[in-house]
Amino acid sequence: MSIIKVESLVKKFKEFKAVDDISFSVEAGEIFAFLGPNGAGKSTTIKMLTTLLKQTQGNIELNGFNTLKQSSEVRRSFGIVFQDPSLDDELTAYENMEFHGVLYGVPKKLRRRRIKELLTFLELAERRDDLVKTFSGGMKRRLEIARGLLHHPKILFLDEPTLGLDPQTRNHMWSYLKDLNAKEGVTVFFTTHYMEEADRIAGRIAVIDHGKIVAAGTAADLKAQTKTDSLEDAFLSLTGKTIREEESGHLDQMRLRRRAWTGRR
Amino acid sequence: MRIIYILWLRQLKRYIRSKARIIGSLAQPLLFLLSFAYGFGPVFARAGQGNYMEFLAPGIIGMSIIFTSIFSGMEIIWDRQFGFLKETMAAPVSRFNIMIGRTLGGATVATLQGVIVFLIATAAGFRPVNLWLLPGALLIMLLIALLFTALGTAIASLLDDMQGFQLIINFLVMPLFFLSGALFPLQGLPSALVLVARIDPLSYGIDALRILLVNLGHFGLMTDVLVLSGITVLLLAAGSYFFSKIQV
Repeated sequence: MSIIKVESLVKKFKEFKAVDDISFSVEAGEIFAFLGPNGAGKSTTIKMLTTLLKQTQGNIELNGFNTLKQSSEVRRSFGIVFQDPSLDDELTAYENMEFHGVLYGVPKKLRRRRIKELLTFLELAERRDDLVKTFSGGMKRRLEIARGLLHHPKILFLDEPTLGLDPQTRNHMWSYLKDLNAKEGVTVFFTTHYMEEADRIAGRIAVIDHGKIVAAGTAADLKAQTKTDSLEDAFLSLTGKTIREEESGHLDQMRLRRRAWTGRR
Repeated sequence: MRIIYILWLRQLKRYIRSKARIIGSLAQPLLFLLSFAYGFGPVFARAGQGNYMEFLAPGIIGMSIIFTSIFSGMEIIWDRQFGFLKETMAAPVSRFNIMIGRTLGGATVATLQGVIVFLIATAAGFRPVNLWLLPGALLIMLLIALLFTALGTAIASLLDDMQGFQLIINFLVMPLFFLSGALFPLQGLPSALVLVARIDPLSYGIDALRILLVNLGHFGLMTDVLVLSGITVLLLAAGSYFFSKIQV
């Protein structure tokens, strides 16, 4: 059964096509990697999949629900770790976890237990009552991941979850996720720039570039298709070697949208 | 209910933790209260209008409430910039509940701020005429706070960044305050000014506070409460509509 179904998805910001007519599906229980250079349209796609952004055209079904028409059912089906920070700096680590747990309806007993486990697991237990604004970048990232794992949804979206994490924590996190996937059948949809990570963990991979999906299949398929022997080489062969413009910042995107919205230049 | 509670609690925690903001937002009403009450007091008395401190204190309470509540409503913009808005918007809870929780939290904070200004005014010599009416005054403060937090939420839902903020303060909040009769009696004013005061919802809030605290009124308590409640309902509806349309 396809738990994520995307048909002819298009997202335009003014004239710029961030996502240009993509279609793909992810099976329930799969670990799916969504790869692409900076600015390829990964995060925009995830935002549409998670109801945070409305598409210009096309159709998305998540867990059998339409993201535009049944957004609350959709939101009950997934969890997400965002690429950019989404913590409340004025709250403590524990309060951020607690807030998330209540928001996602995790029952009190289970919530308390998991918060304790996850904070210990990501080595934040000693700092649990400190305000997040006193945390280092790496600690904030670990807290975001701990928070994302607090409830066990049908689908878990992870947008570059391992960015800025040390190999130990990365390893830790993936073994936890694999366990979750095996034991509870949670579908995992993630993006990353670490190709060996995708190679090792993902069942299937889709590569997106300039808003279009340029290849999809298992890591072996992609290597065979490009006649390369590592996923990194396959990726470079599919997307070229030129360095991309950094993805336009959050603020730039907002300005773009506001201009689009008010019709001002 | 739990969702509304946790969002309310978050607003409160943020308020209590930002000492600088509390002090900063009290400095302005305090300055107004003391300089105007002592500065214009003698003139006001000579004009046969009575005690200016008595007249002014409800107005300054209203002022601290409108500033704090619009600011609280507009905290959405901060949350958007710091990314926290995504966390709530992707969660499996209705956006209406998110908006209500936030608004109640913001309104509570603004009411607290009003109470603090009331206490300061009391320390400076302000005396409410009937202590039994204080709970009523507290309810009016909450109503004013709800109204303007909802307004702040509605505006913030339409703005993407802080650039519009100064504009809102200068062209909306300041006029709402200055033209509300917070500083001067509405009797005997040019009719244009009276008309503007009649459109300004804060006028009714301050009028109601004045009736309950010092027994001086212009519109009548019934009218005040009806207008305030009506506009609050409208703004809550508008706020939740715009809030539900936010894309992150």
